[in-house]
Amino acid sequence: MNSLDFSIVLQAWPYLWSGLLFSLALTAVAFVVGMILGTCFALLQHFEVPVIGKVVRGYIALIRSIPLILVLFWFFFLVPIVLGHLAGNGRPIPIGATWTAFITFGLFEAAYYSEIIRVGLRAVNRGQFEACQALALSTFETYRSVILPQVLRVASPIILSQTIILFQDTSLVYVLSLTDLLGAASKLAQLNGRLVEMYLVVVVVYLAISSAASQGVALLRKRYAIAGARR
Amino acid sequence: MVQEIAVNEMSRCQAIVAVEGLVKRFGHFTALNDINLSVTTGEKIVLCGPSGSGKSTLIRCINHIEKHDAGRIVVDGVELTDRMADINSVRREVGMVFQSFNLFPHLSVVENCMLAPMKVRGLSRAEAHERAIGVLRKVRIHDQATKYPGQLSGGQQQRVAIARALCMQPKIMLFDEPTSALDPEMVKEVLDTMVELARDGMTMVCVTHEMGFAREIADRVVFMDRGAIVEEADPETFFRAPSTERARDFLGQIIH
Ligand SMILES: Nc1ncnc2c1ncn2[C@@H]1O[C@H](COP(=O)(O)OP(=O)(O)OP(=O)(O)O)[C@@H](O)[C@H]1O
Ligand SMILES: [Mg+2]
Repeated sequence: MNSLDFSIVLQAWPYLWSGLLFSLALTAVAFVVGMILGTCFALLQHFEVPVIGKVVRGYIALIRSIPLILVLFWFFFLVPIVLGHLAGNGRPIPIGATWTAFITFGLFEAAYYSEIIRVGLRAVNRGQFEACQALALSTFETYRSVILPQVLRVASPIILSQTIILFQDTSLVYVLSLTDLLGAASKLAQLNGRLVEMYLVVVVVYLAISSAASQGVALLRKRYAIAGARR
Repeated sequence: MVQEIAVNEMSRCQAIVAVEGLVKRFGHFTALNDINLSVTTGEKIVLCGPSGSGKSTLIRCINHIEKHDAGRIVVDGVELTDRMADINSVRREVGMVFQSFNLFPHLSVVENCMLAPMKVRGLSRAEAHERAIGVLRKVRIHDQATKYPGQLSGGQQQRVAIARALCMQPKIMLFDEPTSALDPEMVKEVLDTMVELARDGMTMVCVTHEMGFAREIADRVVFMDRGAIVEEADPETFFRAPSTERARDFLGQIIH
């Protein structure tokens, strides 16, 4: 058996780096899209908006019950067809793997974030709503300035945990032939035959990023625990 | 001068809150049955009665946190209907203090006091801040302005809640058992604040069983039982010689 040779990693680093950047970009976009959409989804259910609320509920139940990899496949085939129909001529409009990845991850994460926020909304004390009413705050201001900031605060550790999972899940884009960190490493590994070194490096990078984020989760938990201790 | 006094006289006699034939049900249960109550400007009313008699429900109807089923509620010339515009114009003039404070835990003390004046009254940040500090100084808690509610004692939190309501410059203040969630040693600081507010001429409706407070500031004690107003009298008369059996029973219980 050959001894480990990490000089290969240095050579490969630029390619790995571009893979890592893609993973991070995908995580960031999916986070932003997912949080915005997820908050909207949660509010639509919270207000029990007729029809739309139910549709959203069904969508979330569906997305949460199937594996992400399957969702990726479906969106890759489905979105072009839907776009084609919307455009009116019925011919599929291919959107490319990158767009598929960003859209799918955003929509997929929205379902998970939405559940976190929905549960958080239900946990807000009724007195908070009453205080807002007594101060004549509009419904919009009540949610924007009082309710949602509290929900996001309470839910922030869980949201961050979910985002760590999301970051790890970005490796699934290999099914779309996209190259994330893991994809980059495995391609190189096949070229240079240095499987162990390549996969070790990937482990170290994932570990570093995820554990840094976990520290963040712990910090958020602690901080929130102190702020809420005497209530 | 004479004219001014006359105007003051008039506004003093005018009812700022008029409740007529108020009925409130929760499902089949009638929580309030044919309540009639009017509050004149500057008047201080203490509402008391046994648990479940409908005191909270009554004052919560006055700012439409509970929606009434029948009867009329007119506050400062505006009748409470289902129209959000009416409801909000009433709520702007009516401050409320809750038993459990209900401060916003994610905002500092001064931000708690600034939010509604900015969002509802349209004050600038600087104006709202100045007003908030002024009111916090009045309730003697301005040195805690940058702290968060979770860092304060119960009595301090309740005084902040009073300040938050006052920053809207309401014409009337509603209190729902403001001291009953407090440790005994903190009751006084909150009652003192309320007494000062009363001396400043605020119109107040207070649900409370603090008899000393009632004696000191109430113009009228309103005794409720089972969803109805059973007795109304000035505090001396009410506490010394209540005219109904139910009020006697009730007073007998709270004295012990
Ligand atoms: N949201 C509600 N749903 C159903 N019943 C309610 C509701 N709110 C109040 N009630 C009932 O209405 C009655 C009056 O309640 P209310 O809270 O006004 O009493 P209270 O006089 O304030 O009592 P306490 O001294 O315990 O605060 C009670 O029997 C109570 O159970
Ligand atoms: Mg009550």
